[in-house]
Amino acid sequence: MTSVAFLMLCAAALLGVALLAIASARSLAATSIVYGATLVITLAATAASVAALTGYSVTPADLMLPIGLPWIGAHFRLDALAAFFLAVVNVGGAAASLYALGYGEHEDEPHRVLPFFAAFLAGMNFVVLANDAFSYLLSWEFMSLASWALVIAHHREPENRRAGFVYLVMASIGTLALLLAFGLLTGTDGNYTFEAIRAGARTPMTAAIVLALVLIGAGSKAGLVPLHAWLPLAHPAAPSHVSALMSGVMTKVAVYGFIRIVFDLAGALPWWSGALVLAIGGLSAVLGVLQALMQDDTKRLLAYSTIENIGIVFIGLGLALAFRANAMEAAAALAMTAALLHVLNHSLFKSLLFFGAGAVLVTTGERNMDRLGGLIHRMPVTSFLFLVGCTAISALPPLNGFVSEWLTFQAILLSPDLPQWALKVMVPAVGGLLALAAALAGATFVKMFGITFLGRPRSDEAATAQEVDRFSLAAMALLALLCLITGIVPGFFIDAVAPITRMLTGGALPLQASLPWLTIVPAVASGSSYNGLLVFLFIATSAMLAVWTIHRFASHAIRRGPAWDCGFPDASPLTQYSGSSFAQPIRRVFLARTTATHEEVVMPAPGDVRPARFSLVITDPVWTWMYLPFAGAVEFASLQLNHLQFLTIRRYLSLVFFSLVALLLVLAIWS
Amino acid sequence: MELISALLVQSMQMLLVLAAAPLLTGFVRKVKARLLRRRGPPVVQPYRDILRLLKKEVVVADNASWIFRVAPYVIFATTWVAAALVPTFATGLLFSWSADLIAIIALLASARFFLALAGMDVGTAFGGIGSSREVMIASLAEPAMLLIVFSMALVARSTQLSAVADLLATSEVGLRVSLGMALLGLIIVAIAENGRVPVDNPATHLELTMVHEAMVLEYSGRHLAMLELAASVKLLLYLSLIGCIFAPWTLAEPDSSTASHIAGFGLYLAKLAVLGFLLAVFETAIAKMRVFRLPDFVGGALMLGLLGTLLLFVSRSL
Repeated sequence: MTSVAFLMLCAAALLGVALLAIASARSLAATSIVYGATLVITLAATAASVAALTGYSVTPADLMLPIGLPWIGAHFRLDALAAFFLAVVNVGGAAASLYALGYGEHEDEPHRVLPFFAAFLAGMNFVVLANDAFSYLLSWEFMSLASWALVIAHHREPENRRAGFVYLVMASIGTLALLLAFGLLTGTDGNYTFEAIRAGARTPMTAAIVLALVLIGAGSKAGLVPLHAWLPLAHPAAPSHVSALMSGVMTKVAVYGFIRIVFDLAGALPWWSGALVLAIGGLSAVLGVLQALMQDDTKRLLAYSTIENIGIVFIGLGLALAFRANAMEAAAALAMTAALLHVLNHSLFKSLLFFGAGAVLVTTGERNMDRLGGLIHRMPVTSFLFLVGCTAISALPPLNGFVSEWLTFQAILLSPDLPQWALKVMVPAVGGLLALAAALAGATFVKMFGITFLGRPRSDEAATAQEVDRFSLAAMALLALLCLITGIVPGFFIDAVAPITRMLTGGALPLQASLPWLTIVPAVASGSSYNGLLVFLFIATSAMLAVWTIHRFASHAIRRGPAWDCGFPDASPLTQYSGSSFAQPIRRVFLARTTATHEEVVMPAPGDVRPARFSLVITDPVWTWMYLPFAGAVEFASLQLNHLQFLTIRRYLSLVFFSLVALLLVLAIWS
Repeated sequence: MELISALLVQSMQMLLVLAAAPLLTGFVRKVKARLLRRRGPPVVQPYRDILRLLKKEVVVADNASWIFRVAPYVIFATTWVAAALVPTFATGLLFSWSADLIAIIALLASARFFLALAGMDVGTAFGGIGSSREVMIASLAEPAMLLIVFSMALVARSTQLSAVADLLATSEVGLRVSLGMALLGLIIVAIAENGRVPVDNPATHLELTMVHEAMVLEYSGRHLAMLELAASVKLLLYLSLIGCIFAPWTLAEPDSSTASHIAGFGLYLAKLAVLGFLLAVFETAIAKMRVFRLPDFVGGALMLGLLGTLLLFVSRSL
């Protein structure tokens, strides 16, 4: 059996599990059976896709099924790009299934989650495997609807219903944009296979419109600013293992869609397309992390941080587009590698962090970090694994987040050779934005870990929290281990994506595995290198040395006592810093003169015994700038068009006739 | 043989950094005291402090977690590794290729990450205030530092510190506007990162203006000794960095004679003394800033770094 057939079989098996789950969701063992089955299937699919990616026979394999549109059929294909993203999807899926074996037991209404979970996984697999526009869009829509059903799984909370509605609207707009993009790519021939699209010739104008449409279609799913507004509503609304899948994996499927259409199908693009993607990526990175820092809801903070990381991925992709347009293959390959590696890294640590937030949610029932605290004493293993995730996402060596950001910086440093002036001015600015985003991400996760897990408990629920079950811990430990491995031996992963960069940019990084000591070097021309393994060993050795010296020569005496706090410790846990007070200095520095925050202080007059009140409202400015005016315009237009619903037969017929004439005229002028 | 001598130079540098760091701190304190017409503590006082702290018992707050006890070692180790990657008296360190300037910044960021967490661990108001201000300052100083690194890397075409130092020492780079901006920015970042006046006052206690001291307020005994030593090493690191990039002529080449190594060593100490003296003069001459005036000061470094990088990007094709 070819690998593409095997992977199709896995995806079909996931669909079968979904059907089984519908039939048996109300039985007691359903949770274990369904998640166990998805775990086995996704593990098998992971093995197959990793084998396809790293095996030296990366010959693309095709498969044609006689289903779908008549005479066209459904085409599927496994090439290096698809194999990489399938590995990302299925590793995330396997971790989520393992986690849910424990977490899913706490679900009140498993019949609202189980069928859609398996279907969601199947949909993501199908999107990546699809090799014609029709099956691609069908799977894309299937994936969107399955995840929508998961978002409204807990539909009794009005917040989740609102999130579901916004998500549905944004997903429809996104699919419409992709539909139009494919329409422009195929032209009027009606051959929807990707081979035909790849072979077709198109004007730069068409390519530009396609790029804009794909940025809307795939970008809205990935969460690019300003189309991100649904993401921080929808991702936290779903059960936590689904949040992990949506944030860690589904956004990566959207990145796959962008890469597939823009790099593979659309053909050569002008240099300014890179500038456009670069600008959007830089904005997403900084605005996403600034909003993340302001959040007090653990899962919403993670959702905003996803926007930041998607921004970093798109900075890499934009650089790759700009380099490729200028025929700088090695640099384009470096930027592409950085983006792909960040795709993998983000899927690992974001899933880990969502699992941790889910563990806290299960045991305390709280997502608001101002009611948490001190959990490190009650949940030691969860907090350690969560800390690994926090250090990874803050891009601290020797973990994996640092490697992909380091590669992105190295790609930026190659860009003074770009000939266009606009890019010369823009790339350093984007580099500054990326540096700012990296520093703010560190602050965000100090806040998240510090407020949630450290300090004293701020509520009874936090004070009586319990460690979570072993399945959840195993899933988190697995991801934490993968974060460490990707961080200390990134060379193997860079070599694994080399076929992809060769396919899409025409270049590849030098073979890393052959370098001494598992060092990575981004390009032959530059003298820079980084060695995660040695840095890890260095830190470990010097820490051990310090510990040994101290314990050999210094005093061992230790005494427990009350906190010092300059002599005025206050017993109330409310005297600790809260989430919003931690973020206050940065809020004041970066957001003081914007509409994103609104502070109100009510100070009673002297002699008045009422307490002073402080209230803080954080809003996402895109709602007031973009979404509400847009929604108003849509409502106005539909009210006007409402008249068309009450016409006589005669008028309907004439309306149909004139529309037909108008459309035919357009077609005549077009061709 | 070659490997052994390289290993020797590397470990010499690591030990030198560790041994010289408290001396530098004591020297700066002494100069500051003399400038204020006080006699001041002896130069070796920081060594005595550290030794005394090592002998004392540790008092840990009741609800402190393992983070609180592990953090001093992590902070010390990451800072020491970062310092070991900066050439002090000789270039061509054995392991300098394992991490470049970006990695050095990230290592210091790791130290800061754990220090901020340690500040929040006990759950006191002072720890929180220190951590939240520290990350605010870092959110400006870290991108500024990265942009400064960009401008150096664009000149040297490598982010490897020894490559940068080699290039600046040997070839005719000449006076460059962007390198001047980088120097100014680097000085501002060094002041901010080390918590010196006007950003933070290392001598303060019981004040709402403190940042670094507020985070380590709960520490005592050997833990505090580790943190003090790490802070000294960090100051030494930044001064060595400035010395190695902007006065690289004194560095001994890897294959040069023992005599030139000894000369480089002496000149390195002289460089540190000059920079430490200048730091003390600057600190005495300026007043501590309010916390919310800091963004203007540190943001200046960010703008300088951006401007320097932009100039290099634009001038590459000219």
